[in-house]
Amino acid sequence: MTTTTYKKREDGRKFNELRPVEAEVGIIKRADGSARFKIGKTEALAAVYGPRELVPRFMQNPKRGILRVHYNMMPFSGSGNRVKPGGNRRSKELGVVIRDSLMPVINLNEFPNAVVDIFIEFPQTDAGTRCAAITAAAMALADAGLLMTDLVSSVAVGRIADKIVVDLDYSEDSHEEGTDIPIAIIPSTGEISLLQMDGFMTKKQLFEAINEAKEAVKHLNAVQMKALKNKYKAEE
Amino acid sequence: MIIDKRKFIDVLAKGIRFDGRKPDEFRKVKIEYGVTRSAEGSARVTLGETIVIAGVKMEVSKPYPDTPDQGGLMVGAELLPLASPEYESGPPGDWAVEVARVVDRGIRESHSIDVKKLLIRKAELAWTVIADMCVINDAGNILDAASIAVLAAMRDTKFPKLVGDVVDYKTITKEKLPIKETPVAVTVYKIGKELFVDPTNEEEGLADARLTITTIEDGTLCSLQKGGESPLSVDEIDKMIDIAVKHAKVLRKSL
Repeated sequence: MTTTTYKKREDGRKFNELRPVEAEVGIIKRADGSARFKIGKTEALAAVYGPRELVPRFMQNPKRGILRVHYNMMPFSGSGNRVKPGGNRRSKELGVVIRDSLMPVINLNEFPNAVVDIFIEFPQTDAGTRCAAITAAAMALADAGLLMTDLVSSVAVGRIADKIVVDLDYSEDSHEEGTDIPIAIIPSTGEISLLQMDGFMTKKQLFEAINEAKEAVKHLNAVQMKALKNKYKAEE
Repeated sequence: MIIDKRKFIDVLAKGIRFDGRKPDEFRKVKIEYGVTRSAEGSARVTLGETIVIAGVKMEVSKPYPDTPDQGGLMVGAELLPLASPEYESGPPGDWAVEVARVVDRGIRESHSIDVKKLLIRKAELAWTVIADMCVINDAGNILDAASIAVLAAMRDTKFPKLVGDVVDYKTITKEKLPIKETPVAVTVYKIGKELFVDPTNEEEGLADARLTITTIEDGTLCSLQKGGESPLSVDEIDKMIDIAVKHAKVLRKSL
């Protein structure tokens, strides 16, 4: 499939190394739950509102509450020109796949006809935004005190020429011989709740990449747990 | 906290507010620069629990036919639904548009930026400065926070490199924006017969009227905006301007 070799990452990371990460919980006081997650130069803010009444009423589910995810890039958060506010097809799709990645761990059976809204905003981006969004949103849901069976942690893995790499930045994501695979994992079961791919990959390479993702999310999950515990430590 | 309007007026008349501040006292202001690497300039302003981020993007385009020797300036405001249970997704509401326009006019009408210096080639190519302000947490007085944040982001801005007629966003030069004035907006609120500044979101919701007063360094006014359903007397406007000028001086120093 490829003849070239990817020798070295531009920022000097090892092929399986994440960018530096930061996590913080409870940053938006008016929200019911909130979190900030930063990985390299990609930064996601997540705020949870609800459960609250869902209007219009025809959208309500009498059996359980519904989850809505809103993904949005701030106008100055792109790598080139200004991002026009108001969303587009891409942000709609991302809202849907992020919601699906969180649904397996969240239980809204106690809240018929209600909605939980998660708003995710990016002050800055350098690839991996949907993964950062999921990692931040899981913390924000936990911060809101909703019933969850676990957190969800997410990272992009992929292939650049002959190498499997973890946590691609923008220059790698746009590499002409690059394949990008955003993955979300439920840490306690190892199940996968987000899986997308753009580019070419053999089956063997795919599983190699998934294994790398499983290793990487162990660290992300530890960072999430620490941020959640820190908030309650600070409040004591 | 839910505050009763009557009680709020009573305590204001005694010179104190529920959070312990005096009527004409601001909350603590914190300004941080360079908070997003994606923008050519940025700042985060924290005013009590209110948080806003402003970022500046620099683009090039053809000047408008009626101003062939000038660049452009645009200010936007995003009241993100993340920032308050009262905001909704979708197109900007009346309040979002008013905030953006008040900040935009403050900067434009003070001729804060020398738009002639943004020209690259007459009638062909010029820079446009696009400043966007995003509310992260609305704990009141986003008008004043937005004004300071946009000014701070503009001060932080450096031109990206121009290669031919194309912007190379990866290479940032040392050249800063041609800033001539620092127009600071301060909003003075009225409830009953009392005046106060920098409301929390609860206090803001109770106010009868407000006047946003933008002034430059020497105290000259450069933009006004009255809001709210109650009228203001000339005497009240006089007092409000004095209050605004006083606070603008302090805020300008914190930049």
